[in-house]
Amino acid sequence: MFYREAGDFKTSYREDSQTFPIKFDRLRYYAVLAVAFGIVPLFINDYWANAVAVPFLIYAIAAIGLNILVGYAGQVSLGTGGFMAVGAYAVYKLMTAFPDINIFFHVIIAGFITAAVGVIFGLPSLRIKGFYLAVATLAAQFFLVWLFNKVPWFYNYSASGQINAPERTVFGVFVTGAQTSAMAKYMFCLVVLTLVALVARNLTRGTVGRKWMAIRDMDIAAEIIGVNPLTTKLSAFAVSSFFIGIAGALFFAVYLGAAEVGEAFGIQKSFLILFMVIIGGLGSIFGSFAGAAFLVLLPVFLKNVLVGTLGWPTDLAAHIELMIVGGLIVAFLIAEPHGLAQLWRVAKEKLRLWPFPH
Amino acid sequence: MKKTLTALVAAAMTLTTAPAFAELVVPNLSYRTGPYAANGIPYADGFNDYFTLLNERDGGIGGEMVATPECETAYNTEKGVECYESTKGEGALAYNPLSTGITYQLIPKVTADGITLYTPGYGRTSAANGKVFKWVFNFPANYWDGASVAIKHIIDQEGGDISGKKIALVYHNSAYGKEPIRTLEELAKKHGFELSTLPVDHPGQEQKSQWLQIRRDKPDYVLMWGWGVMNQVAIQEAVNIRFPMDHFIGVWWSGSENDVAPAGDKASGYKALSFHGTGMDYPVYADLKQYVVDAGKASGAGDQVGTMLYSRGMYAAMIISEAIRKAQEMAGKSNVNAAEVRDGFENLDLTEARLEELGLPNFAQPIKASCENHGGPGSAKVFQWDAGAKKWNEASDWIESDKDVLNPLIEEDSAAFASENNITDQCN
Repeated sequence: MFYREAGDFKTSYREDSQTFPIKFDRLRYYAVLAVAFGIVPLFINDYWANAVAVPFLIYAIAAIGLNILVGYAGQVSLGTGGFMAVGAYAVYKLMTAFPDINIFFHVIIAGFITAAVGVIFGLPSLRIKGFYLAVATLAAQFFLVWLFNKVPWFYNYSASGQINAPERTVFGVFVTGAQTSAMAKYMFCLVVLTLVALVARNLTRGTVGRKWMAIRDMDIAAEIIGVNPLTTKLSAFAVSSFFIGIAGALFFAVYLGAAEVGEAFGIQKSFLILFMVIIGGLGSIFGSFAGAAFLVLLPVFLKNVLVGTLGWPTDLAAHIELMIVGGLIVAFLIAEPHGLAQLWRVAKEKLRLWPFPH
Repeated sequence: MKKTLTALVAAAMTLTTAPAFAELVVPNLSYRTGPYAANGIPYADGFNDYFTLLNERDGGIGGEMVATPECETAYNTEKGVECYESTKGEGALAYNPLSTGITYQLIPKVTADGITLYTPGYGRTSAANGKVFKWVFNFPANYWDGASVAIKHIIDQEGGDISGKKIALVYHNSAYGKEPIRTLEELAKKHGFELSTLPVDHPGQEQKSQWLQIRRDKPDYVLMWGWGVMNQVAIQEAVNIRFPMDHFIGVWWSGSENDVAPAGDKASGYKALSFHGTGMDYPVYADLKQYVVDAGKASGAGDQVGTMLYSRGMYAAMIISEAIRKAQEMAGKSNVNAAEVRDGFENLDLTEARLEELGLPNFAQPIKASCENHGGPGSAKVFQWDAGAKKWNEASDWIESDKDVLNPLIEEDSAAFASENNITDQCN
């Protein structure tokens, strides 16, 4: 009924290879964009922006980045927190060293710096894979956090080792610092996320993405048919770290405003984003969104229900919340090991035939 | 599916963020879970109980009831931001997040929103300079005062000369733990002692290598800037290497009953600073027992009354309530807003006589705040743990910090903040 392909003719290659080949899907996509850009900014307030929307958008960027590495290229990484820290400290150094350049470019440059660091830590992936690679990236996580704690140059020699985002504007509107409105924060992150998602989606549909997937599915076979493992694996690390660096830069500059490397970018951040990718669905852009939404919104939602509506003590609520989120993760993964994206795919298949399944 | 979920979330959130209808709102951003819970719980309980006492005994402050909506931060900055945003709409008058990390997040936010941030003994040290930090107050003492007081106590113990002595700092590797380093370096230059720093990473359960180093280097004194589970582990490790406990001095955040108890009798003699008294020997506890504990209105499990951090939570609540009282007096009305409460903080004049009226004689140092001075007297006492009696005994009188060293550092750090944020002198 909804996903009817009958009558939806493609008369050119261009039409045939568009991102959303089914008309309903395409309309839904435009509708989501219209709501996100046109309607949400009118109603967003400080609470919604800072507690829900901005973290969701930023984690979605990070999840897309990690999904490229883990989901598409099959290289397990536990260094996400460290790479986010590179993005954050890069943008901090750039913001304080070149105050006249637009913050948007700083964020992009921070992404490129993180990409370079990611390539360096991706080098071991040429020799090792699987769990061993995970351990090598874990080293990146600890090394980077240690580095940013140890070398005072990274935090401009401040007494506390904290980095604070100075105020910066885009088109005269504050996007970092205390005077930033909820709408500006939201819009800035949304624009970046939209660009990132478009790039990621199209990269994964093209030659580059197919190479990644070939390496993921069987690296020796891929090498035999002419996929160069060196460039493929390193490009996966570079692109993934680029996105994660952007996420880290936004996380520090726009969302938190002040950060401390061990606390904001510790190992638990690496795990959180890996869980987002796994729960959302490996090898799916939509899955990255779904996973980020699940792990950002659910705790806030539960907290509001348990403490706000039911009036439970905060400590009991915090413990129950952990148990509920953990339980749901286990339940989800038993019911659908391929994540929320697979649930969506199955639902779509059903809707295609509905209401006449036979 | 996604849309219905979003709608559901939206419905639940709008339902739950409805304001609580009390006249004066002082949110309590607490943590009762995670590796810092052992220290977060007594503080939060003391904070809540003091306001409950005011409500039950006096009918609030100036006739207005006080609400302390609690929000769990787990000492995590992201949750702290969420808590701040979710409570500020309820008409919050002052925040006391008990976390240096969250304080750094909130300084720009409270400045933009016009809400007081009160960080007794923690937070950004240079906030003591009211010319730059209009909305932040950190009296009666800050980390740099603590560092200086600890060194002065060591000088006293050594009979006036500590040149050539070795002093090690074991610190939580975060903004909180790094704060005293610069001051200690200056003091090392002035007094000629040798400083070594040993960072401990969050959460602080792994300290074998640090204490091995201490065992090898044999410093004369060890200072500690620890919090949460790190304190307990450090004190246990010090016991294990038989470090003389009276040469081991913690800042005020490393000196609660919960920190020394796990090490048992061997922890006897451990020293910690405090900027207020502790124990049950204050008249206020009679009222507290009558109106709060026996009435079944105590916060949490009610088993922390009279402990060191409980006293500190009570101290913070007492200062905030006195600032609100001052604000009511100045504004000539009881229903004060956040800006008036800030003025109350700035004109706070806490005298010994007033402390006695409150049932807390000699509990703390008098404070006279001003537009320039948001930092208070900066003095502290040294307490020593007696494991047999399970209590903290005073080991010194009030020790004043070395302002000659601290003031230039505060000027320098706040000037850096002022130039980063284009702040001009707010007192002229």
